[in-house]
Amino acid sequence: MVGQEPDREFTPVFLPAGDTGLVVQYGDTVDAAVNRQVRGLAAAVTGLDLPGVVDLVPTLRSLLVHYDPLVVSHAELVRAITPLALRRHTTGLSGRRWRIPVCYEDDCAPDLPLVAELAGLDPAEVVRRHTATEFEVFMMGFLPGFPYLGMLPKEFDLPRRSNPRIRVPPGSISVAARQTTVYTLASPGGWHLIGRTPVRFYDPGREHPILVRAGDLVMFEPVPMARYRELNAWPEGHEIRPEDGR
Amino acid sequence: MNALRIIEPGFGVTVQDLGRPRTQHLGIPVSGVLDPVALHLANALVGNAADRAALEIRLAGPTLEVGSPTVRLALAGTRTPLEVSGAGTVPAHRSVRLRRGQRVRIGPLADSGSAVLAVEGGFDLPAVAGSLSTCVRARIGGLAGRALVAGDALALRVADPAPRGECRLPVDTYLDETGPVRVVPGPQRDAFTGAAFDLFLATAWQVTHDADRMGIRLEGPVLEHRCGHDIVSDGIVTGSVQVPGTGRPIILLADHQTTGGYPKIATVISADIARLGRLRPGDSVRFEAVSIEDAQAARATQRDWLEETAASLEPAGAWLDRDALYRENLISGVV
Repeated sequence: MVGQEPDREFTPVFLPAGDTGLVVQYGDTVDAAVNRQVRGLAAAVTGLDLPGVVDLVPTLRSLLVHYDPLVVSHAELVRAITPLALRRHTTGLSGRRWRIPVCYEDDCAPDLPLVAELAGLDPAEVVRRHTATEFEVFMMGFLPGFPYLGMLPKEFDLPRRSNPRIRVPPGSISVAARQTTVYTLASPGGWHLIGRTPVRFYDPGREHPILVRAGDLVMFEPVPMARYRELNAWPEGHEIRPEDGR
Repeated sequence: MNALRIIEPGFGVTVQDLGRPRTQHLGIPVSGVLDPVALHLANALVGNAADRAALEIRLAGPTLEVGSPTVRLALAGTRTPLEVSGAGTVPAHRSVRLRRGQRVRIGPLADSGSAVLAVEGGFDLPAVAGSLSTCVRARIGGLAGRALVAGDALALRVADPAPRGECRLPVDTYLDETGPVRVVPGPQRDAFTGAAFDLFLATAWQVTHDADRMGIRLEGPVLEHRCGHDIVSDGIVTGSVQVPGTGRPIILLADHQTTGGYPKIATVISADIARLGRLRPGDSVRFEAVSIEDAQAARATQRDWLEETAASLEPAGAWLDRDALYRENLISGVV
């Protein structure tokens, strides 16, 4: 649908989430351009420094503005944000880039054979394509520090598992719907697990518990099982710093 | 260390304030008390700022022992009394000053899904992202990011609050609000048929046992989605009413995920969030649709009421500490 309805894609719709949330929504399409529009809008609204705005949560195709109704009203926010929401935003990058080691072998990758079959590729080619993509962090959510990264090539437009797992181990790298994620805590999960990282994307004991943010760039690098085990053996996991992303 | 010691932990007792509304973009739940009205009132009764962290009690309360020269406490959000060992009961909505070694128990809450116990000065605990709120799922806040267990000691910021007249809340009828819980329709009102939305408002929903700090599942008729129950994940606010594939609504509370992929038929207004915190399994709840403007006005009215109430607490008569009276032979000596 991209290109056929450009106006609808980038025309904002304002929806109320009660008296404390304002949703600015752009259509139903999940792609990088729409998500950059959302992240770019978040940056622009941050720049306005509006009184009463408590937090800005960018998601795949909408921005949730959390606000204090004792300070600002829905109507006032719509008025202030509309000119920015109508503008095209094409960047939305944070300037941070990460290289994340991932083990794509054996117990670390229980669904790799299935994903290969569904995508019509052999497992090594799945890993090659997953590590050849530079991902953008589209949004954070579901768990603390949990990133949704996009986009994988079309062959990865996979449905979720019909039977979600009760417990996905932390560090699991999953794929579905042309996106990939990193499970930050042990949790139920319905996406396909193709690898595991020794990097702690969430560590409540760290000064900054959250590793990545919306707008960061991420590339995954394959590491053999022995290296994964070595890096994972540190109590705080594998420590890592961002590179300059621009 | 001057502390409140946990003798019996109760169940699911956590330290909470108003939470972390500013780190939702990192996927961190807001957390905070389920009943912010009770937090405001309990803090007012012990002379604290309105947003000071306190103990939130759900289901069964704890037994605590005073491990400092004195401590001043007050309970709100329930009519369950404080039971002071060997000295009878102290009603809720009243401050009381206890001495070292005295134990206080809060029994099972008979009338509310949660309650708040505030101490003068609050707890000396490290803030995480500006809040002491415990989020068990994220393992942050409170005491080591978890609910209290026997043997814990909560360090007190005020070791020996000054003697002064204790105070009480003159009327506690805020606990008796029974009208419908007010909602603003949407953000995904359009994901449901008109009949489903009418049914949502017409039904007396029942609170199930599947109720915790993340949300409350309701039992009732099936609400029909217009086109499937999956949407592209978007942001969630406290009070969002989402309807998954079962067709039964779930009201999302303080520890809700920051984003989710189920359509949200309506959102409980901020002034009525505290009432959700008091709901118990088996309770019946109805919804009434209001405009955003009405929701905002209701919140301002609530703020004014809370500020006036906190500023007009009554002096409380002396609480009879029977132990002390017996010791001083004031009862047995009276004819």
